[in-house]
Amino acid sequence: MSYNPFTLENKTILVTGASSGIGKAVAIECSKLGANVIVCGRNEQRLNETLDSLEGTNHTSRIVDFSTNKEIIPLVESLPNLDGVVHCAGFTHTLPFQFVNEVDLTAIMQVNFVAATMLSQSLVKSKKIGKSSSVVFVSSISGVNVTVLGNAMYSASKGAINGIAKSMALDLAPKGIRVNCVTPGMVNTNILHDELVTKEQLAEDMNKYPLKRYGEPQEVAHGIIYLLSDASKWVTGSNLLIDGGYTLL
Amino acid sequence: MEIVDFVEKMAEQFDETDAAVFTPQTKFKELDEWSSLVALSVIAMVDESYKVRLKGVDVRESSTINDLFNIVKARAQ
Repeated sequence: MSYNPFTLENKTILVTGASSGIGKAVAIECSKLGANVIVCGRNEQRLNETLDSLEGTNHTSRIVDFSTNKEIIPLVESLPNLDGVVHCAGFTHTLPFQFVNEVDLTAIMQVNFVAATMLSQSLVKSKKIGKSSSVVFVSSISGVNVTVLGNAMYSASKGAINGIAKSMALDLAPKGIRVNCVTPGMVNTNILHDELVTKEQLAEDMNKYPLKRYGEPQEVAHGIIYLLSDASKWVTGSNLLIDGGYTLL
Repeated sequence: MEIVDFVEKMAEQFDETDAAVFTPQTKFKELDEWSSLVALSVIAMVDESYKVRLKGVDVRESSTINDLFNIVKARAQ
């Protein structure tokens, strides 16, 4: 039984933010489905841990810091032609709106939105992505469907991603490039480990999900794999909701 | 850092509660207006004014404003 419409064999996939969380899970799951994976991240040690976790041998890594756009062109020049790109690099910074400031807002928009946009633009311009390729952004239900207290800056960055993804999907359709987002609810990653909220508050929050828990990184990765694979070749401009039912209520 | 300034900054995080209510002995989490949003505001205020990153547990384990002040003072440079 070898039929698998979700296979990524012979596809080369770039994954940003691959040293932890959703990005790491995406890289690992892609490798298990046969992709050649190029992992990007800031932290060399953690990125190497991801690289060591990948199945198969045809994988490489790039140390890239997206806190500016300076490293994007050298990164793109170093890449082979790609069949898929997954933008996972991102962070959050909880601040009630009256504490929002230009420095923190600029920093979060840069990594979560501007760098992902300019990397995509550079890949298209240099024709490193083309016919039958797929771009996937990790967005969020926060900023697209809902938000949570103190999450203004993160929500803005994810809302921006959804906006640009729609335009990219339209503008890049003639080139055969598909562009989609996944919009996850809360997922168990390091992003939760800043301990701003207590364990009791987390447990209470999980209870708001109809499926009574947060998601796992692999559960988001599997939605991304659908969007990378030929199973979704008529899908562009979509938001795949992966939220344990949170937005039903 | 001075307790008097800290008390004033704590009071600023509340909109409905009279600033005169606030003293070092105020049990701030027992005020009617206390909420998870005010808690986030307190954490953000401490970060902005004192460059100290409080955790949720620090707020949970503090009863009076003075308790929280002592945590911030111990970590402030």
